[in-house]
This record gives sequence, C-alpha cells and structure tokens, in this order.
Amino acid sequence: MRYSLRINGSVHEVDLVPETTLLDALREHAGLTGTKKGCDRGQCGACTVLVNGRRVLSCLTLALMHGDDDVTTIEGVAGDGRLHPLQQAFVEHDAFQCGFCTSGQIMSALGLLAEGRTLDPETIRERMSGNICRCGAYPNIVDAIGAVAERSA
Amino acid sequence: MQPFTYQRVDSLARARAALLEDPRAQMIAGGTTLLDLMKAGVERPAAVIDINALPLAAIDVTPQHVRIGALARNSDVADDPTIVREFPVLVQALAAGASGQLRNMATVGGNLLQRTRCTYFRDNVSRCNKREPGSGCDARAGVSRGHAVLGTSESCIATHASDMAVALAALDATVIVMRADGEVRLTLDQFYRLPEERPERETVLERGDVIVAVELAPAPLYRRSHYLKLRDRASYEFALVSAGASLEIGHDGTITRSRLALGGVGTVPWRAQDAERVLDGGQAGPELFRRAADAAFTGAVTTPYNAFKVELAKRAIVRVLETLAASAS
Repeated sequence: MRYSLRINGSVHEVDLVPETTLLDALREHAGLTGTKKGCDRGQCGACTVLVNGRRVLSCLTLALMHGDDDVTTIEGVAGDGRLHPLQQAFVEHDAFQCGFCTSGQIMSALGLLAEGRTLDPETIRERMSGNICRCGAYPNIVDAIGAVAERSA
Repeated sequence: MQPFTYQRVDSLARARAALLEDPRAQMIAGGTTLLDLMKAGVERPAAVIDINALPLAAIDVTPQHVRIGALARNSDVADDPTIVREFPVLVQALAAGASGQLRNMATVGGNLLQRTRCTYFRDNVSRCNKREPGSGCDARAGVSRGHAVLGTSESCIATHASDMAVALAALDATVIVMRADGEVRLTLDQFYRLPEERPERETVLERGDVIVAVELAPAPLYRRSHYLKLRDRASYEFALVSAGASLEIGHDGTITRSRLALGGVGTVPWRAQDAERVLDGGQAGPELFRRAADAAFTGAVTTPYNAFKVELAKRAIVRVLETLAASAS
C-alpha cells in the first residue's frame, strides 16, 4: 500500500505492508540505513529515532502508525555539512569503537537532552540504559553527553 | 510477523466494534509488548486495531481525583507534577521500568496488560498453559529463577512483570473499563485473575472491553510512599523482587494505615494484605517490619531456583518500610 512518511523534514512515498516496522520502513523503503537494526526486539536501542521530538524504538512500532508524525533519524541531525554538537562531542570524546550502536546512542541522547533534566553522570547512565554498547564505550559516551549538556545548561 | 490487517480507529465505539467483529483482532497502543510477541510468534492477531487516535492520553486533575488516560505514556505520567507530588511510589516505579525510549512509547493501559517475561511462554516452543491452554508448564520443572512464589498454581508460575501495577496496588488505584453497558470500575485485585487452572485468562476483561483510564485519589497516606526494585543489573532490567508501600504514621510512631504491594514474586501484582494487617496499629520499627514481611510470605511456594526470592523480598519490604518511617511525613 502506498504511504507517505515525513522523515527529516521530507516526505517519503513508500510501499508498505501493515507488518512493516518503522525501522524497516526507514532502512528498506526510505533508504535511510543510518538507523541500525540490532536486536529488532526492543532490547538494544540501536534503532532509536525521534518521533515528534521524543526518542522511541523504531523496531517496536509499525510504520503505519506514524503517518501524521515527524520522524527524525541520524541522517537529519547534522546541518549544512557541519556535525551536530552531540556528534562532534562523540568524536572528541572517542565515544565509539565499532560504531554500530552510535546512531542509536546519539538519537537517544538527543531525546534525553530535550527532556530537560539536569544531567549529572549518574542520571546520564540511568537514562541512557536502553542503549547497549557491545564495545563498552560507556564512560566516553557519558562524557560526550555530559559535555553537551553542560554547554547547553 | 505473520500478515495482519491494520485499522486506525477514531472512536471508542469503533474500537469496540472492531474487536467484537473479529475474535482474532487485538488493540495496539504503545506496541512494545504486542509487536515483540508478534515477532516471537507468541501473539498472532489477524487484525491490529490502532487506538492511538482515541482521546485517552490526558491526565486530568481535580481536587478529589487524578484520572490518567489509558493512552498516557509512562514518561508523561512520571513527569506529571501532581503525580510527582502526590504519588511518589508510582513515579519511582515508572522510572525503574524499561528504558527512556520504551517509557515514551508504553501506555498505562498497555502496561497493565503486559505479558509475562517467563521464557517458556516467550520461546514459542516449550509447553505453556498460558500460551497454549492445556499443553502443560515447562517452567515448573525448568529454570525458574525469575518465577513467582505467590499466587501460583499447578498450571502456571509465571511472574507478572509490571512495576507500575505494583505501585498502583499500593495506591488503591481504580481501573476504569468501557464495556457494552458503560464504565466498570475495578480495583487491581478485581482486575487481575490468579492463574489457577486458566492461566491464559489474566484479567477479567471481556471481548470488546477497553481500558479507558486509571484513577487515583490523593491522600496523605499515598504522599508517604516509596518503591524499591532489586534486579540483576542496575537499570533496564525486570525485577527479581520489588516492593511498593504507602504508610501513615501517627505522632507517637503508631502506623495508622498501610499499603504494601510486591513485584517479581507474584503471578499478579501482589497486594500483601496479610502484611498490612500486621503493620496497622503497630509501632513502626524493624521488629514490626520484619514480622510484616514474614506475614507476606506465609503462603509462598518456591522452587529450588527461586527460593532465594523469599528472603530477598522480605529484606526489600523491611528496607522500604524503614525508608518511609525515616522520611518526614
């Protein structure tokens, strides 16, 4: 069935069946493969995207449920050839090794920053616990998010 | 996932009609349990009815009541200023559940209806009376470290996984259900069914019923409330045991009213009324708290794998009650 999704400010016409998850719609139909499929069962956070500015797991929601929503993926984060401050902080703090979880980490952290909490390291660790990093880059991920939170505080 | 039809409904009447039309139809709200289990093949709806367009997401506050719409997201409930002030146990339980992403998706109604984490239920291979009525229970003789010790039966020892529902039980919450003849109001004890011989029937909901709200009534008792969750890792994990309690303590240290509910140990969110009876009228302190904790588990039935939960839960109860007794009223 032809269907339109608003992703990163652009309308994408896609051909979906009801069982297409938002994750599969992004990767397989809209060609946006920055969002990663890790566990596909809501346990790893690699597929995190923003829906209307809030972080969600794209593997546990159907694409058809989001026809009226604004979806933001990692491809929509940088602007005008410049990295988003959070992306820059991940680079500066060496907050990834293999990189597979990184787009999910960044989208989750963007959602977290928008939630408006005071982000001390303990709060960051707790609130980011839905994003698993198999390389174990956690200390540097916490540092990167903390640095951006401090600057925007 | 096996194919299904998808329909977005814009009224409660249409939702109810769609559910009654097709016995294999299921509602989807946050989707975090349903889609997970559909991928596992455990849930196989022929029709998915999307109820997210229904006007059931508001949290309405009046002086007497806080009415939380069934589609309110867990994160919105946990951030609501009235709920933060009046019902700390609920905020703490929600914050201890799942992850930031899942809390943005999961709804209050869906949380009440989330299915067990029993691996024998979820693997779609083992014998499971909940998944395939009458097939048997592989959990009883299996690895049952996560399983229940209260409210179990020969048919089922699966634990109810919700933190939120445990807090709601400690707050005397009312579940409001829309049925053909109007709204039905149920306490959590009335809402959930013990497994007995029919573990596939987890609640008293009938075909076509829709949870529309959860209602709470602010009171000093609930303002002094607390949730403690113990688990294998510090975050993003289901409870081994949890305890939620509300306490009202007089100036002389006598407990005038109490509510105690337990998670991780029961086949349903477990209201420990035996323990409350010990607490009420007693002098707040470690001796009374330990006696109350003992009373909560007099009926416990354990397996070699989960027997440790009894002592762990008793200590959790004592710690929650000590925390509340030490807090300013």
